Amino acid sequence: MTTSHYMAEGVLAAPFVIVCLLYLAAAFRDAAWPVYRIGLFAVGTAAAVVSVLGPLPRMAHDSFVIHMTGHLLLGMLAPLCMVLAAPVTLALRTLPVPSAKKLSKLLRSRFVAIVSHPLTATVLNIGGLWLLYTTGLYASMHESVVVYTAVHIHIFLAGYVFTASIIYIDPAPHRYSFLFRSGVLVTALAGHGILSKYLYASPPPGVGQEAAQAGSMLMYYGGDAADIAIMVILCWHWYKAARPRQEEAMAA
Amino acid sequence: MSEKNEAMLRRNQANYAGRNVLSGFLFGLGLIAFIDEVVFHQLLNWHHFYDLSTTAVGIVSDGFFHAFSWFATVAALFMVADLRRRQSFWLRRWLGGMLTGVGFFQLYDGIVQHKWMGIHQIRYGVDILPYDLVWNISAFVLLIVGILIWWQTSQIKKQRAVV
Repeated sequence: MTTSHYMAEGVLAAPFVIVCLLYLAAAFRDAAWPVYRIGLFAVGTAAAVVSVLGPLPRMAHDSFVIHMTGHLLLGMLAPLCMVLAAPVTLALRTLPVPSAKKLSKLLRSRFVAIVSHPLTATVLNIGGLWLLYTTGLYASMHESVVVYTAVHIHIFLAGYVFTASIIYIDPAPHRYSFLFRSGVLVTALAGHGILSKYLYASPPPGVGQEAAQAGSMLMYYGGDAADIAIMVILCWHWYKAARPRQEEAMAA
Repeated sequence: MSEKNEAMLRRNQANYAGRNVLSGFLFGLGLIAFIDEVVFHQLLNWHHFYDLSTTAVGIVSDGFFHAFSWFATVAALFMVADLRRRQSFWLRRWLGGMLTGVGFFQLYDGIVQHKWMGIHQIRYGVDILPYDLVWNISAFVLLIVGILIWWQTSQIKKQRAVV
Protein backbone atom coordinates (compact mmCIF):
# COMPACT_ATOMS: atom_id res chain seq x y z
CA MET A 1 0.00 0.00 0.00
CA THR A 2 1.41 3.35 -1.01
CA THR A 3 0.22 6.80 -0.03
CA SER A 4 -1.49 7.15 -3.39
CA HIS A 5 -3.52 4.01 -2.68
CA TYR A 6 -4.76 5.48 0.57
CA MET A 7 -5.58 8.68 -1.29
CA ALA A 8 -7.54 6.75 -3.89
CA GLU A 9 -9.54 5.05 -1.16
CA GLY A 10 -10.25 8.41 0.45
CA VAL A 11 -11.19 10.07 -2.83
CA LEU A 12 -13.60 7.23 -3.63
CA ALA A 13 -15.16 6.85 -0.18
CA ALA A 14 -15.50 10.51 0.86
CA PRO A 15 -18.26 11.50 -1.62
CA PHE A 16 -20.42 8.59 -0.47
CA VAL A 17 -20.04 9.55 3.17
CA ILE A 18 -20.68 13.25 2.48
CA VAL A 19 -23.76 12.58 0.34
CA CYS A 20 -25.09 10.16 2.96
CA LEU A 21 -24.69 12.78 5.70
CA LEU A 22 -26.50 15.33 3.53
CA TYR A 23 -29.26 12.79 2.89
CA LEU A 24 -29.63 12.10 6.61
CA ALA A 25 -29.68 15.81 7.45
CA ALA A 26 -32.39 16.42 4.85
CA ALA A 27 -34.40 13.36 5.88
CA PHE A 28 -34.48 14.38 9.51
CA ARG A 29 -35.70 17.87 8.57
CA ASP A 30 -38.57 16.33 6.63
CA ALA A 31 -40.86 14.70 9.19
CA ALA A 32 -42.91 12.91 6.52
CA TRP A 33 -39.92 11.19 4.87
CA PRO A 34 -40.32 7.38 5.12
CA VAL A 35 -37.89 5.61 7.42
CA TYR A 36 -37.35 2.67 5.01
CA ARG A 37 -35.86 5.09 2.49
CA ILE A 38 -33.37 6.33 5.07
CA GLY A 39 -32.46 2.69 5.75
CA LEU A 40 -32.03 1.96 2.05
CA PHE A 41 -29.73 4.92 1.54
CA ALA A 42 -27.64 3.89 4.53
CA VAL A 43 -27.34 0.31 3.24
CA GLY A 44 -26.43 1.57 -0.22
CA THR A 45 -23.76 3.86 1.20
CA ALA A 46 -22.35 1.05 3.34
CA ALA A 47 -22.17 -1.29 0.33
CA ALA A 48 -20.37 1.36 -1.71
CA VAL A 49 -17.93 2.34 1.04
CA VAL A 50 -17.05 -1.25 1.91
CA SER A 51 -16.21 -1.91 -1.73
CA VAL A 52 -13.79 1.02 -2.07
CA LEU A 53 -12.31 1.41 1.44
CA GLY A 54 -10.64 -1.00 3.82
CA PRO A 55 -9.80 -4.70 3.49
CA LEU A 56 -12.03 -5.58 0.52
CA PRO A 57 -10.34 -3.41 -2.16
CA ARG A 58 -6.91 -4.43 -0.84
CA MET A 59 -7.72 -8.12 -1.17
CA ALA A 60 -9.40 -7.43 -4.52
CA HIS A 61 -6.00 -6.40 -5.84
CA ASP A 62 -4.89 -10.04 -5.73
CA SER A 63 -8.18 -11.90 -6.02
CA PHE A 64 -10.56 -11.76 -8.97
CA VAL A 65 -13.41 -13.22 -6.89
CA ILE A 66 -13.08 -10.48 -4.26
CA HIS A 67 -12.81 -7.93 -7.05
CA MET A 68 -16.09 -9.25 -8.44
CA THR A 69 -17.74 -9.10 -5.00
CA GLY A 70 -16.76 -5.46 -4.75
CA HIS A 71 -18.01 -4.87 -8.28
CA LEU A 72 -21.45 -6.32 -7.39
CA LEU A 73 -21.64 -4.17 -4.25
CA LEU A 74 -20.53 -0.97 -5.95
CA GLY A 75 -22.14 -1.38 -9.35
CA MET A 76 -25.40 -3.13 -8.50
CA LEU A 77 -26.42 -3.26 -4.84
CA ALA A 78 -25.40 0.27 -3.85
CA PRO A 79 -27.03 1.93 -6.89
CA LEU A 80 -30.24 -0.10 -6.46
CA CYS A 81 -30.59 0.80 -2.76
CA MET A 82 -29.82 4.45 -3.44
CA VAL A 83 -32.24 4.75 -6.36
CA LEU A 84 -34.97 3.25 -4.14
CA ALA A 85 -34.13 5.83 -1.47
CA ALA A 86 -35.29 8.60 -3.86
CA PRO A 87 -32.52 11.12 -3.14
CA VAL A 88 -33.63 13.57 -5.85
CA THR A 89 -37.17 13.70 -4.48
CA LEU A 90 -35.76 14.37 -1.04
CA ALA A 91 -33.51 17.12 -2.41
CA LEU A 92 -36.39 18.78 -4.26
CA ARG A 93 -38.48 18.71 -1.07
CA THR A 94 -35.86 20.13 1.26
CA LEU A 95 -33.73 22.48 -0.86
CA PRO A 96 -34.55 26.20 -0.86
CA VAL A 97 -36.85 27.01 -3.78
CA PRO A 98 -34.25 28.66 -6.08
CA SER A 99 -31.86 25.69 -5.73
CA ALA A 100 -34.69 23.19 -6.20
CA LYS A 101 -35.65 25.03 -9.40
CA LYS A 102 -32.08 24.82 -10.66
CA LEU A 103 -31.99 21.10 -9.89
CA SER A 104 -35.24 20.41 -11.70
CA LYS A 105 -33.99 22.48 -14.67
CA LEU A 106 -30.85 20.34 -14.71
CA LEU A 107 -32.99 17.17 -14.72
CA ARG A 108 -34.86 18.46 -17.76
CA SER A 109 -31.64 19.34 -19.59
CA ARG A 110 -30.58 17.76 -22.85
CA PHE A 111 -27.49 16.27 -21.19
CA VAL A 112 -29.55 14.36 -18.62
CA ALA A 113 -31.99 13.34 -21.35
CA ILE A 114 -29.19 11.73 -23.35
CA VAL A 115 -27.32 10.11 -20.47
CA SER A 116 -30.43 8.79 -18.75
CA HIS A 117 -31.90 7.26 -21.90
CA PRO A 118 -32.19 3.52 -21.10
CA LEU A 119 -30.06 2.58 -24.11
CA THR A 120 -27.28 5.08 -23.33
CA ALA A 121 -27.29 3.95 -19.73
CA THR A 122 -27.04 0.30 -20.81
CA VAL A 123 -24.08 1.03 -23.09
CA LEU A 124 -22.34 3.00 -20.33
CA ASN A 125 -22.99 0.22 -17.84
CA ILE A 126 -22.52 -3.06 -19.75
CA GLY A 127 -20.24 -1.57 -22.43
CA GLY A 128 -18.02 -0.24 -19.67
CA LEU A 129 -17.71 -3.73 -18.20
CA TRP A 130 -16.82 -5.22 -21.59
CA LEU A 131 -14.07 -2.60 -21.96
CA LEU A 132 -12.81 -3.22 -18.45
CA TYR A 133 -12.53 -6.99 -18.73
CA THR A 134 -11.71 -7.62 -22.37
CA THR A 135 -9.07 -4.95 -22.94
CA GLY A 136 -5.88 -4.08 -21.05
CA LEU A 137 -7.91 -1.77 -18.81
CA TYR A 138 -8.21 -4.33 -16.00
CA ALA A 139 -4.42 -4.75 -15.81
CA SER A 140 -3.67 -1.03 -16.07
CA MET A 141 -6.23 -0.37 -13.32
CA HIS A 142 -3.95 -2.25 -10.95
CA GLU A 143 -0.93 -0.24 -11.98
CA SER A 144 -2.33 3.27 -12.13
CA VAL A 145 -4.17 4.80 -9.20
CA VAL A 146 -5.80 7.34 -11.50
CA VAL A 147 -7.23 4.62 -13.76
CA TYR A 148 -8.30 2.66 -10.67
CA THR A 149 -10.19 5.66 -9.29
CA ALA A 150 -11.79 6.54 -12.63
CA VAL A 151 -12.96 2.94 -13.23
CA HIS A 152 -14.60 2.73 -9.81
CA ILE A 153 -16.34 6.09 -10.15
CA HIS A 154 -17.62 4.92 -13.52
CA ILE A 155 -18.86 1.56 -12.18
CA PHE A 156 -20.96 3.25 -9.53
CA LEU A 157 -22.30 6.10 -11.68
CA ALA A 158 -23.12 3.82 -14.61
CA GLY A 159 -24.90 1.43 -12.24
CA TYR A 160 -26.89 4.27 -10.72
CA VAL A 161 -27.88 5.87 -14.03
CA PHE A 162 -28.84 2.48 -15.46
CA THR A 163 -31.03 1.55 -12.48
CA ALA A 164 -32.67 4.98 -12.48
CA SER A 165 -33.29 4.77 -16.24
CA ILE A 166 -35.22 1.48 -15.81
CA ILE A 167 -37.22 2.07 -12.63
CA TYR A 168 -38.71 5.49 -12.01
CA ILE A 169 -38.59 6.28 -8.31
CA ASP A 170 -37.42 9.89 -8.57
CA PRO A 171 -39.04 12.37 -10.96
CA ALA A 172 -38.01 11.37 -14.49
CA PRO A 173 -38.84 14.07 -17.04
CA HIS A 174 -37.83 11.86 -19.97
CA ARG A 175 -39.97 8.75 -19.63
CA TYR A 176 -40.15 5.58 -21.70
CA SER A 177 -42.82 2.87 -21.86
CA PHE A 178 -42.77 -0.21 -19.64
CA LEU A 179 -42.34 -2.46 -22.67
CA PHE A 180 -39.32 -0.52 -23.91
CA ARG A 181 -37.66 -0.48 -20.51
CA SER A 182 -38.37 -4.20 -20.08
CA GLY A 183 -36.71 -4.92 -23.40
CA VAL A 184 -33.67 -2.85 -22.48
CA LEU A 185 -33.45 -4.54 -19.08
CA VAL A 186 -33.53 -8.01 -20.65
CA THR A 187 -30.87 -6.94 -23.17
CA ALA A 188 -28.66 -5.56 -20.41
CA LEU A 189 -28.98 -8.71 -18.31
CA ALA A 190 -28.20 -10.78 -21.41
CA GLY A 191 -25.10 -8.67 -22.06
CA HIS A 192 -24.03 -9.14 -18.46
CA GLY A 193 -24.56 -12.92 -18.63
CA ILE A 194 -22.79 -13.24 -21.98
CA LEU A 195 -19.79 -11.32 -20.62
CA SER A 196 -19.74 -13.57 -17.53
CA LYS A 197 -19.57 -16.71 -19.66
CA TYR A 198 -17.00 -15.14 -21.96
CA LEU A 199 -14.79 -14.37 -18.95
CA TYR A 200 -15.20 -17.95 -17.73
CA ALA A 201 -13.37 -19.11 -20.84
CA SER A 202 -11.15 -16.09 -21.54
CA PRO A 203 -9.93 -14.51 -18.29
CA PRO A 204 -8.80 -10.87 -18.31
CA PRO A 205 -5.00 -10.54 -18.66
CA GLY A 206 -3.32 -11.36 -15.35
CA VAL A 207 -6.19 -13.47 -13.97
CA GLY A 208 -5.75 -17.25 -13.63
CA GLN A 209 -8.19 -19.80 -15.05
CA GLU A 210 -9.58 -20.96 -11.72
CA ALA A 211 -10.02 -17.44 -10.34
CA ALA A 212 -11.72 -16.38 -13.56
CA GLN A 213 -14.17 -19.29 -13.35
CA ALA A 214 -15.16 -18.57 -9.75
CA GLY A 215 -15.34 -14.82 -10.43
CA SER A 216 -17.39 -15.14 -13.59
CA MET A 217 -19.92 -17.45 -11.94
CA LEU A 218 -20.29 -14.98 -9.09
CA MET A 219 -20.79 -12.25 -11.67
CA TYR A 220 -23.41 -14.32 -13.51
CA TYR A 221 -25.54 -15.27 -10.52
CA GLY A 222 -25.01 -11.95 -8.73
CA GLY A 223 -26.24 -10.14 -11.83
CA ASP A 224 -29.32 -12.37 -11.88
CA ALA A 225 -30.09 -11.56 -8.25
CA ALA A 226 -29.75 -7.80 -8.69
CA ASP A 227 -31.71 -7.74 -11.93
CA ILE A 228 -34.60 -9.82 -10.64
CA ALA A 229 -35.10 -7.18 -7.95
CA ILE A 230 -35.24 -4.51 -10.67
CA MET A 231 -37.66 -6.69 -12.70
CA VAL A 232 -40.02 -7.15 -9.76
CA ILE A 233 -40.08 -3.40 -9.11
CA LEU A 234 -40.59 -2.58 -12.80
CA CYS A 235 -43.47 -5.08 -13.08
CA TRP A 236 -44.96 -3.83 -9.82
CA HIS A 237 -45.00 -0.30 -11.26
CA TRP A 238 -46.68 -1.65 -14.39
CA TYR A 239 -49.26 -3.44 -12.22
CA LYS A 240 -50.07 -0.22 -10.40
CA ALA A 241 -50.19 1.85 -13.59
CA ALA A 242 -52.39 -0.70 -15.42
CA ARG A 243 -55.05 -0.63 -12.69
CA PRO A 244 -58.51 -0.78 -14.31
CA ARG A 245 -60.23 2.57 -14.13
CA GLN A 246 -63.44 2.94 -12.17
CA GLU A 247 -65.81 2.60 -15.14
CA GLU A 248 -63.94 -0.47 -16.40
CA ALA A 249 -64.15 -2.04 -12.97
CA MET A 250 -67.87 -1.30 -12.85
CA ALA A 251 -68.42 -2.75 -16.30
CA ALA A 252 -66.36 -5.83 -15.51
CA MET B 1 -71.85 -18.36 -8.24
CA SER B 2 -74.94 -16.63 -9.53
CA GLU B 3 -75.86 -16.88 -13.19
CA LYS B 4 -75.14 -13.23 -13.79
CA ASN B 5 -71.68 -13.47 -12.28
CA GLU B 6 -70.90 -16.54 -14.31
CA ALA B 7 -71.92 -14.86 -17.54
CA MET B 8 -69.77 -11.88 -16.60
CA LEU B 9 -66.77 -14.11 -15.84
CA ARG B 10 -67.13 -15.86 -19.20
CA ARG B 11 -67.31 -12.58 -21.03
CA ASN B 12 -64.22 -11.30 -19.21
CA GLN B 13 -62.33 -14.51 -19.92
CA ALA B 14 -63.14 -14.19 -23.61
CA ASN B 15 -62.09 -10.55 -23.65
CA TYR B 16 -58.78 -11.39 -22.03
CA ALA B 17 -58.24 -14.74 -23.76
CA GLY B 18 -55.03 -13.52 -25.39
CA ARG B 19 -53.55 -12.22 -22.18
CA ASN B 20 -54.36 -15.52 -20.42
CA VAL B 21 -52.41 -17.49 -23.03
CA LEU B 22 -49.53 -15.01 -23.13
CA SER B 23 -49.20 -14.99 -19.36
CA GLY B 24 -49.25 -18.79 -19.21
CA PHE B 25 -46.73 -19.08 -22.05
CA LEU B 26 -44.30 -16.64 -20.40
CA PHE B 27 -44.64 -18.44 -17.08
CA GLY B 28 -43.99 -21.77 -18.81
CA LEU B 29 -40.76 -20.43 -20.33
CA GLY B 30 -39.62 -19.16 -16.97
CA LEU B 31 -40.69 -22.29 -15.11
CA ILE B 32 -38.82 -24.71 -17.38
CA ALA B 33 -35.73 -22.52 -17.39
CA PHE B 34 -35.88 -22.47 -13.59
CA ILE B 35 -36.33 -26.25 -13.34
CA ASP B 36 -33.44 -26.69 -15.78
CA GLU B 37 -31.23 -24.49 -13.63
CA VAL B 38 -32.18 -25.99 -10.26
CA VAL B 39 -32.50 -29.68 -11.16
CA PHE B 40 -29.92 -30.21 -13.89
CA HIS B 41 -27.33 -27.55 -13.04
CA GLN B 42 -27.47 -27.28 -9.25
CA LEU B 43 -28.88 -30.54 -7.86
CA LEU B 44 -27.80 -33.24 -10.30
CA ASN B 45 -24.75 -31.36 -11.54
CA TRP B 46 -25.28 -32.98 -14.94
CA HIS B 47 -25.22 -29.74 -16.90
CA HIS B 48 -22.14 -27.59 -16.97
CA PHE B 49 -22.10 -23.84 -16.46
CA TYR B 50 -20.06 -23.70 -19.63
CA ASP B 51 -18.25 -26.65 -21.19
CA LEU B 52 -15.90 -24.61 -23.42
CA SER B 53 -17.16 -26.23 -26.63
CA THR B 54 -19.91 -23.68 -27.02
CA THR B 55 -20.08 -21.61 -30.19
CA ALA B 56 -20.12 -17.82 -29.87
CA VAL B 57 -23.70 -17.71 -31.12
CA GLY B 58 -24.53 -20.29 -28.45
CA ILE B 59 -23.34 -18.07 -25.61
CA VAL B 60 -25.29 -15.12 -27.02
CA SER B 61 -28.45 -17.19 -27.48
CA ASP B 62 -28.13 -18.65 -24.00
CA GLY B 63 -27.59 -15.18 -22.53
CA PHE B 64 -30.72 -13.78 -24.14
CA PHE B 65 -32.86 -16.79 -23.33
CA HIS B 66 -31.72 -16.84 -19.75
CA ALA B 67 -32.35 -13.12 -19.28
CA PHE B 68 -35.71 -13.31 -21.03
CA SER B 69 -36.90 -16.31 -19.04
CA TRP B 70 -36.02 -14.53 -15.81
CA PHE B 71 -38.09 -11.56 -16.87
CA ALA B 72 -40.91 -13.72 -18.27
CA THR B 73 -41.47 -15.42 -14.91
CA VAL B 74 -41.85 -12.16 -13.06
CA ALA B 75 -43.95 -10.48 -15.75
CA ALA B 76 -46.23 -13.55 -16.10
CA LEU B 77 -47.06 -13.60 -12.40
CA PHE B 78 -47.89 -9.90 -12.38
CA MET B 79 -50.13 -10.53 -15.41
CA VAL B 80 -51.95 -13.27 -13.44
CA ALA B 81 -52.51 -10.78 -10.64
CA ASP B 82 -53.81 -8.30 -13.21
CA LEU B 83 -56.16 -10.90 -14.76
CA ARG B 84 -57.51 -11.82 -11.35
CA ARG B 85 -58.01 -8.17 -10.52
CA ARG B 86 -60.05 -7.86 -13.73
CA GLN B 87 -61.92 -11.08 -12.86
CA SER B 88 -60.87 -12.57 -16.15
CA PHE B 89 -58.35 -15.27 -15.16
CA TRP B 90 -59.01 -18.47 -17.13
CA LEU B 91 -57.05 -21.28 -15.52
CA ARG B 92 -57.46 -23.88 -18.24
CA ARG B 93 -56.42 -21.53 -21.01
CA TRP B 94 -53.55 -20.26 -18.88
CA LEU B 95 -52.35 -23.86 -18.32
CA GLY B 96 -52.53 -24.44 -22.07
CA GLY B 97 -50.26 -21.46 -22.58
CA MET B 98 -47.96 -22.66 -19.81
CA LEU B 99 -47.49 -26.17 -21.24
CA THR B 100 -46.88 -24.67 -24.67
CA GLY B 101 -44.16 -22.48 -23.16
CA VAL B 102 -42.61 -25.40 -21.26
CA GLY B 103 -42.61 -27.67 -24.30
CA PHE B 104 -41.37 -24.98 -26.65
CA PHE B 105 -38.44 -24.00 -24.51
CA GLN B 106 -37.44 -27.55 -23.66
CA LEU B 107 -37.53 -28.47 -27.34
CA TYR B 108 -35.55 -25.37 -28.30
CA ASP B 109 -33.04 -26.08 -25.52
CA GLY B 110 -32.77 -29.76 -26.48
CA ILE B 111 -32.45 -29.32 -30.24
CA VAL B 112 -31.04 -25.88 -30.96
CA GLN B 113 -29.02 -25.12 -27.84
CA HIS B 114 -27.72 -28.55 -26.85
CA LYS B 115 -27.26 -30.09 -30.29
CA TRP B 116 -26.75 -27.31 -32.81
CA MET B 117 -25.05 -24.64 -30.72
CA GLY B 118 -23.36 -27.11 -28.38
CA ILE B 119 -23.90 -24.97 -25.28
CA HIS B 120 -23.61 -28.06 -23.11
CA GLN B 121 -24.89 -31.63 -23.12
CA ILE B 122 -27.51 -33.09 -20.81
CA ARG B 123 -24.98 -35.31 -19.08
CA TYR B 124 -21.32 -36.14 -19.49
CA GLY B 125 -19.51 -39.48 -19.55
CA VAL B 126 -22.58 -41.48 -20.63
CA ASP B 127 -24.22 -42.53 -23.87
CA ILE B 128 -26.09 -39.30 -24.59
CA LEU B 129 -28.67 -40.66 -27.08
CA PRO B 130 -31.28 -41.98 -24.57
CA TYR B 131 -31.06 -38.73 -22.62
CA ASP B 132 -31.57 -36.68 -25.75
CA LEU B 133 -34.52 -38.85 -26.81
CA VAL B 134 -36.29 -38.61 -23.44
CA TRP B 135 -35.61 -34.89 -23.28
CA ASN B 136 -36.88 -34.03 -26.74
CA ILE B 137 -39.79 -36.45 -26.94
CA SER B 138 -41.14 -35.31 -23.56
CA ALA B 139 -40.73 -31.72 -24.76
CA PHE B 140 -42.67 -32.49 -27.91
CA VAL B 141 -45.49 -34.16 -25.96
CA LEU B 142 -45.76 -31.20 -23.57
CA LEU B 143 -45.83 -28.81 -26.52
CA ILE B 144 -48.61 -30.73 -28.27
CA VAL B 145 -50.70 -31.08 -25.09
CA GLY B 146 -50.29 -27.36 -24.45
CA ILE B 147 -51.37 -26.41 -27.97
CA LEU B 148 -54.36 -28.80 -27.76
CA ILE B 149 -55.63 -27.24 -24.53
CA TRP B 150 -55.08 -23.81 -26.00
CA TRP B 151 -57.00 -24.76 -29.15
CA GLN B 152 -59.78 -26.38 -27.09
CA THR B 153 -60.30 -23.24 -25.02
CA SER B 154 -60.45 -21.23 -28.24
CA GLN B 155 -63.30 -23.51 -29.37
CA ILE B 156 -65.07 -22.98 -26.04
CA LYS B 157 -64.67 -19.26 -26.53
CA LYS B 158 -66.25 -19.47 -30.00
CA GLN B 159 -69.17 -21.58 -28.73
CA ARG B 160 -69.82 -19.10 -25.97
CA ALA B 161 -69.83 -16.30 -28.51
CA VAL B 162 -72.48 -18.17 -30.52
CA VAL B 163 -74.63 -18.77 -27.43
